[in-house]
Amino acid sequence: MSWGPLLVACGACYVLKLSGLSVPDRVLADQRVQRLTAALPVALLAALIALQTWVSDRSLVIDARTGGLAVAAVAVLLRAPFIVVVFLAALTAALLRLA
Amino acid sequence: MSIGLATGAYGLSFGAVSVAAGFSVWQTSVLSLFMFSGASQYAFVAIASNGISAAATATLLGARNALYGLRLSELLAVRGVRRAAAAQLVIDESTAMALGRESQGPLASRLAFWSTGLAIYVLWNAATLIGAVAAGALPDPRKYGLDAVAPAAFLALLSPRLRGPGPLGLAVAAVVVALVVTPFVPKGVAVLAAAGVAVLWLALQTRRASAA
Repeated sequence: MSWGPLLVACGACYVLKLSGLSVPDRVLADQRVQRLTAALPVALLAALIALQTWVSDRSLVIDARTGGLAVAAVAVLLRAPFIVVVFLAALTAALLRLA
Repeated sequence: MSIGLATGAYGLSFGAVSVAAGFSVWQTSVLSLFMFSGASQYAFVAIASNGISAAATATLLGARNALYGLRLSELLAVRGVRRAAAAQLVIDESTAMALGRESQGPLASRLAFWSTGLAIYVLWNAATLIGAVAAGALPDPRKYGLDAVAPAAFLALLSPRLRGPGPLGLAVAAVVVALVVTPFVPKGVAVLAAAGVAVLWLALQTRRASAA
């Protein structure tokens, strides 16, 4: 994996953090900016879940990861801690591949 | 304490997932040292193959930290080097702890920010390194279900943001659009299409609000 985009992304994320502490309130306090900043993680995380679960090499697939995600969803609904959620997802996928 | 445990677990799994995605232990550690924002880091290594989209998505996910900074700037009242250091520690957890102590005065609040931020920074980086080295020792990470860890982690990050029908509708729309465009575009572009869905969704909401 190449270093270029990695370093650019690190820099961009730091500038965002610093801007909050430095930029005059007017820009970031804008209602539209605030609403977009709240909506972006919802849309991006949801899309990432779908792509990481049902896509392999640009085609749609249903494999062991789907079982892992289903079990993770139940764990999240039961308010299980983070480590339990990801462990159960990995365990489920591994067991499904054994079967 | 519970934040510490969660951070350790989250850092371990990030290190493992990053190495499984093809990043070196070095690159994985640099992400934790300098990006230091869990969701952005996970997204970056998940998209990996398309560098520009990976960087764009990580940056869009990091935008919320700017808003945290906005809330914190008066509270922390830092300048110069201290501001540069404080900025790196602006994350979900340190913001929550600092704002939670706001009623106990600025000193308690500042202490909460610095202690939470520093503790998580150290733990996060140590856990990342351990996870990365451990995953590097595994012959085939897929066999252990490591590829199911990232979606589960994203789900755990998403679920607290899903209160109410609005966000849920947006999440479903983002999933549908991302999957529909998938056969036609690189993976990173499908994620960015979801960012477009968020913009469109807000525009529709604003129109509805002004019509009512």
